[in-house]
Amino acid sequence: MILPEYAVLFIILAPFIGGLLAGIDRKLTARMQGRVGPPILQPFYDVGKLFQKEQIVVTPSQHFYVLSYLVFIVASGALFFAGGDLLLVIFAFTLAHIFLVLGAYSSYSPYSFIGAERELIQIIAYEPMIILAAVGMYMVTKSFFVWEIMASSLPLILYLPGVFLGFLMVLTIKLRKSPFDLSTSHHAHQEIVKGVTTEFSGPMLARVEIAHWYENVFLLGFIYLFFAWNPLVGVIAIIVAYLLEILIDNTFSRATWKFTLKSAWIIAGMMGLVNLGVLYYLSGVVPV
Amino acid sequence: MTHLSKSPWILHYDASSCNGCDIEVLACLSPLYDVERFGIINTGNPKHADVLVITGGINEQNREVVKNLYDQMPDPKVVVAVGICASTGGVFRECYNVVGGIDCIIPVDVYVPGCAARPESIIDGIVRALSILEEKKKNPAPGRAAMGGER
Repeated sequence: MILPEYAVLFIILAPFIGGLLAGIDRKLTARMQGRVGPPILQPFYDVGKLFQKEQIVVTPSQHFYVLSYLVFIVASGALFFAGGDLLLVIFAFTLAHIFLVLGAYSSYSPYSFIGAERELIQIIAYEPMIILAAVGMYMVTKSFFVWEIMASSLPLILYLPGVFLGFLMVLTIKLRKSPFDLSTSHHAHQEIVKGVTTEFSGPMLARVEIAHWYENVFLLGFIYLFFAWNPLVGVIAIIVAYLLEILIDNTFSRATWKFTLKSAWIIAGMMGLVNLGVLYYLSGVVPV
Repeated sequence: MTHLSKSPWILHYDASSCNGCDIEVLACLSPLYDVERFGIINTGNPKHADVLVITGGINEQNREVVKNLYDQMPDPKVVVAVGICASTGGVFRECYNVVGGIDCIIPVDVYVPGCAARPESIIDGIVRALSILEEKKKNPAPGRAAMGGER
């Protein structure tokens, strides 16, 4: 059943977990590069500082779009953790990013225009794979509801290994990691000034950052769904997946948008669709 | 203490430097000095920056650029002039196209001497700038906000 208290827990705890994750991420990245690195709490200092800065408004509509981005990210995450409909979660999640793109487009800046275009390309690149993941979970558990997928005793990862690998691939895009950090990137990386976030400053940038923390927690929760039959394995899988993303981030240089789009679709097609096809043909043989 | 001095984001601009000071500024980001341990990040975006680090003097080509970069930075902000050219114009100050140090265009808070300035003194200059940043937050100068609010 739907559990609203988990949604409330997500809304309260996710910024802390997300910020801490970002801090650990920066520390590990620094260690991989042979540096000391910033304190673990650095992301919180950054956001605290951004709230103390002057807000330069390029166009008043920016406020609305950035706030909508934050609200819809929180809403989709809350719906997910409450056990709601996975399809509705994914649509709210996509809508949130459309608001971010609109916010970038609203400012008439060439840098944020290119960032917005690249963000759209990224949405096109990862969206099919995320929907395939939801469809795959439906084929195994016969439900789109997160709480029913969570309650299933079937090990989803054994039914959907290809879908999971494809999801890891788009996770790199979603976490804004190299080689797919085209539209904007974190740490000290730069790309076309700062891509979609170029024209956001002060408190507005802080809201984008907090939304990104919420988003990361939601995405890691999505990984957990593949391992929901065993909570311990689930938590280990989340940690391993995140460490893998950090390693990938530090190993690869940035890819072009064409390569990003092609590879995301090819992997989604190869891994995701083939996986679902095999699952369909074996549906009479394996217990689902 | 506010969070301002814990997360200073730097915008580095090469006005008309010979590249000597620029290499030393970038050396601060290398594993040997690693300024990110102070939360210092080198942004490429004036709208995200707190500290404007300028190397080299002002010439006729870049005076508008420096002014523009400074104006685009949200308050509170500080300016660090790195190297003797940025401080006074240095050996180039008599040149026909050189206007002088950074302070003839925008207010400078910290001057870092040297030709080229050493990474240690650049880091020292930026850390000194942070206390000025805190001071500016406490006693804001009559800037945009006082002159008529948001732009």
